[in-house]
Amino acid sequence: MLDEKLIALITEEVVRQLTANGRVVLPDRSPGQESSADPQNVVGSDRLLEDPLDPEALERMKKRTTARIGVGKAGARLKTQTMLSLRADHARAQDSVFADVDPAFIEKLGLLSIESQAGDRNTHITRPDLGRKICPKGVEALRQHCEMSPDVQIYASDGLSSAAIEANLEKILPVLTEGLQAKGLKVGTPFYMRFGRVAAEDQVAEVLGAKVVCVLIGERPGLATAESMSAYIVYNAYVGIPEAKRTVVSNIHKDGLTAVEAGAYITEVIQQILDRKASGVDLVK
Amino acid sequence: MAQILSVGIDIGTSTTQVVFSRIEMDNTAGYFTAPRIAITDKEILYKSKVYFTPLKTQTLIDADAVRDIVAQEFRSAGYSPADTQTGAVIITGESARKENAASVLQALSDFAGEFVVSTAGPDLESIIAGKGSGAWQYSIDNDCTVVNLDIGGGTSNIVFFNAGDTQGKICLDVGGRLIRLDGGDSPRITYVSYAAAAAAKLAGVRAEAGQTISRSDLRRICDVFADCLAGAVGIAPKSPLQDQILTPGSDVYAPARPSRRICFSGGVADCIYSQSGEDDLRYGDIGPILGRAIAENRYFKDQKIIQGGETIRATVVGAGTYATNLSGSTIFYSEGIFPVKNVPALKLTKDEQWAVIGGDAQLLADKIRWFLQQSDSPRMLLALQGLPDPDFATLKKLAAAIVGALDASLAPGEPIIVVVERDIAKALGIALQQTGCQRKMASIDSVKIEAGDYVDIGRPLMDGLVVPVVVKTLLFG
Repeated sequence: MLDEKLIALITEEVVRQLTANGRVVLPDRSPGQESSADPQNVVGSDRLLEDPLDPEALERMKKRTTARIGVGKAGARLKTQTMLSLRADHARAQDSVFADVDPAFIEKLGLLSIESQAGDRNTHITRPDLGRKICPKGVEALRQHCEMSPDVQIYASDGLSSAAIEANLEKILPVLTEGLQAKGLKVGTPFYMRFGRVAAEDQVAEVLGAKVVCVLIGERPGLATAESMSAYIVYNAYVGIPEAKRTVVSNIHKDGLTAVEAGAYITEVIQQILDRKASGVDLVK
Repeated sequence: MAQILSVGIDIGTSTTQVVFSRIEMDNTAGYFTAPRIAITDKEILYKSKVYFTPLKTQTLIDADAVRDIVAQEFRSAGYSPADTQTGAVIITGESARKENAASVLQALSDFAGEFVVSTAGPDLESIIAGKGSGAWQYSIDNDCTVVNLDIGGGTSNIVFFNAGDTQGKICLDVGGRLIRLDGGDSPRITYVSYAAAAAAKLAGVRAEAGQTISRSDLRRICDVFADCLAGAVGIAPKSPLQDQILTPGSDVYAPARPSRRICFSGGVADCIYSQSGEDDLRYGDIGPILGRAIAENRYFKDQKIIQGGETIRATVVGAGTYATNLSGSTIFYSEGIFPVKNVPALKLTKDEQWAVIGGDAQLLADKIRWFLQQSDSPRMLLALQGLPDPDFATLKKLAAAIVGALDASLAPGEPIIVVVERDIAKALGIALQQTGCQRKMASIDSVKIEAGDYVDIGRPLMDGLVVPVVVKTLLFG
């Protein structure tokens, strides 16, 4: 049996060797940092696969996927660097689910902040039904501070990734709001809902009397990115409306559809929804 | 799904051909995200005969006879010019240099639909032929480097592909009809081009118009040409001939290392891939001898040669099928602004783009004024790289600067057109509209344009989501 002291010594030596030759950059764990979940960053341009037959082809393949391919192996296992980056990305994905959007961020955007009935993060994760209902104080706040009966009500919600909101909201809101106003539409007062699930937008529609509601919500993170946001747009919603009536624009993040272009695209989708008085599968018919 | 009919017309030094093809496009994105329209299928519907390009004299194309050929082929194929939505007329090789290239295009203008472009230039021709031959697709399918040599009557257009990316191109005056002869047992030279004379000199062979020449001397000249081609593709030392016979307007590109596969197209390719027992001088030129010289060349012999789908038709198939690209699927344009043709592009560098965003209005105004002065066209478009993940405020600054500068310089009624590489055109479009400018405006993305290019943009397709775009490097007339 190895004693603890020996294990500590071995660990120290391994880390020293790995960091000394520059093959491993230990991930920066400080919150609010740009995600390093970009696989190109994590895996790096130094190839882990030794002696590839066609290095250029490998490089091209790696560019086409966010999967960790061409990383080589140590015996039957992943190499240390791959293992560490995998763990780091997994941790980052978990963090973005469990972390709160920084209240200062919401304040900076000048948004009213309300909550669902979940009350805390754990309940939000385990009780989706509560995340679909606005807490009574929130309903009150909406009635008090928001413009009633808008053509379009836009709001943001943490959903399953706070990182997505912090990464994209500031970039998408101006183009969305101004783009819709340029079309002559009455845009409601934007706000933020903590612990929210998608279907909470149905209650928002009822409370504010909005023709169209569009929620910008954090997507369940994966190992490729924790910053992906979606827009769920619904026409004439009511509590209990079928899910098929929602139009979705997904994959909004800096390596997917960028926030600003997504915003521009969504203005047109909303215009179409209003023109045709339908959303979701009804719109495609 | 949508389909468009594309016509390709190739008028080369030796041959003239027409093809019709169907280009199919569809939304390839999933239901839950923004659309992504892409070309999903291409099918050649009709191939014309291979005509000898009608000439009035050794160097003068017979424009009226070319028009008759094209008219006849439209009839045979069963299409009228109005049926075609896109395509390209390409005047290639030595013909492109001839003084009447513009008049040929003029004679053909009735047959070109609203959005058929007239285009040429040795660099573009290389790429078009490399796509038409199948070399480009091979490089994608096999994820490797492929060089395509399109060896026609007057020029050899060489293009280097790496997994679908064009790495470089070069064009040399090497072709089957650079020496023309009267047949018979002691062939007499009727025409010898400058490049062939240079090759003959290097081979130590006397070759002048009017004299007789032996077949072995012709082969010696062709061996010099073959070595020169081998040097240009990086499998042999660079030939002293190469710089002398570089086609005017060609890129100067030398590959860092040899390609994994070599593909031949053009009329001479048929003589490389199969040696017929027929007389080498059956066409009254050196094409078959040149083909044999390349096939038996000491450098090419050791290489891995592939045969694409098209040889003599590579350029016309490429012109008809691959000249058209699609813009990104989230774009902006004013109603009725397209089609536009032959619009010269002013390309901003990355630094200039940032200077403009930073508020340097003078820089852009000066560049635009200079550009409009030195180009003959009253219209222009602004091409830029764009930004990776910009915020809207930055795009508004960019839009304000662009509109400010262009509105002040363009003649009344001329549209403001911006083409960006990054997928930001729709957002930029909203910003352009917010400036309140009354001109027609467009913002198109996912198209790469270099300084000096000319651009055609066709009518919107797929419910207005995309526009077809053809980028050209050279114009006639």
